[in-house]
Amino acid sequence: MRLDRRLLLTSALFTLTLGSAVLAQTRPRIVRVKARRWAFTPNTIALRKGEPVTLEVITEDVFMGLNIPDFGVRGDIVPGKTQLMTFTPDKAGTFTFLCDVFCGDGHETMSGTLVVT
Amino acid sequence: MPIDRRNFLKLAALGGGAVFASRLAGAANAPYDDFYFVQLSDTHWGFNGPKVNPDAQGTLPKAIAAVNALPEKPDFIVFTGDLTHTTDNPLERRKRMGEFRDIVSKLDVKEVRFMPGEHDASLDNGKAFTEFFGPTHYTFDHKGVHFIALDNVSDPAARIGEEQLAWLKSDLDSQPKDARIVVLTHRPLFDLAPQWDWATRDGQAAVDLLMPFRNVTVFYGHIHQEHHKTTGHIAHHSAKSLIFPLPAPMSQPKREPVLWDAEHPYRGLGFREVEAEDAGTKYSINELPVRG
Repeated sequence: MRLDRRLLLTSALFTLTLGSAVLAQTRPRIVRVKARRWAFTPNTIALRKGEPVTLEVITEDVFMGLNIPDFGVRGDIVPGKTQLMTFTPDKAGTFTFLCDVFCGDGHETMSGTLVVT
Repeated sequence: MPIDRRNFLKLAALGGGAVFASRLAGAANAPYDDFYFVQLSDTHWGFNGPKVNPDAQGTLPKAIAAVNALPEKPDFIVFTGDLTHTTDNPLERRKRMGEFRDIVSKLDVKEVRFMPGEHDASLDNGKAFTEFFGPTHYTFDHKGVHFIALDNVSDPAARIGEEQLAWLKSDLDSQPKDARIVVLTHRPLFDLAPQWDWATRDGQAAVDLLMPFRNVTVFYGHIHQEHHKTTGHIAHHSAKSLIFPLPAPMSQPKREPVLWDAEHPYRGLGFREVEAEDAGTKYSINELPVRG
């Protein structure tokens, strides 16, 4: 009876440890991105295929948008708020992200690159 | 003796213009007269960038002189947006719009229609544009064809918006399914290259409303080059710019203006004649260059 209880506790501990490991593995990596007219910092972001990522995006001046058309991801970037954009790159390559809210003279050059390996 | 427009287009094509014919499915039965209009686009008055256009102040006047020299006057002219180059300064924006309006007042035609581009309207939701040129979306009818000017730029997020879509639906509800419809807009209504911001966020909603109509053609600007695409039975034709050309969609990593070629000045710039034929179910497009 005592042996069974020990086995049960060991088994529960193993399950908990394994669960935490799995959770740690799937927790998105955080990448902080700052937007200001007319640039993103950083403007090149390295990601891994299959690894979840959360972009934490803020704007330092005006209302903007961040759009990654190749992954169907976009969000409004509102002054004073942090926009969280979570996704998992499912393909490798080089992809454009851009501001898709017209924000002035340099808007058309406001873009960056995701490099997914 | 009146000039036969079809023969004229053939001659113009032989003389250097490019003719693109777009035939729409189905024939409409309402009364109809052949006519043609001229589309000018993306003039970006106020732009300053000698490496891409050292004649930024002279290109628009040259285009206007070329339109005025056409052997037959168009029924009307439409500017499909980005009349002016953007500026943060509201006073400067209005100065550019005033100058643009003065320059194009030299066009020798009865009717000129204006539409905004994002450079004109996105920083103030179309306020200055409306002061100078009137509503940003509207309809008009011409010789049996129903024209719809759609605004996909006054919202800086490139949306037509629920209110305007409801207005579009209401307008279309009054049209028979075989109506000849021409949509004028600035951005492409389909996802041409969202990576280069060549799209309208809710453009598909407008296309969905137009789909039940058999005869629909869209003329737009924004991408600074001639481009032809069909979604379902709807043809979409973009126009050249009158300030600088842009590269073909996704043909290079960045969307950057094509640099001025001193060996071939004004190359890639131009305007077009659009001739409605065959009861408004066929449009012949004749691309015309700007010359120094």
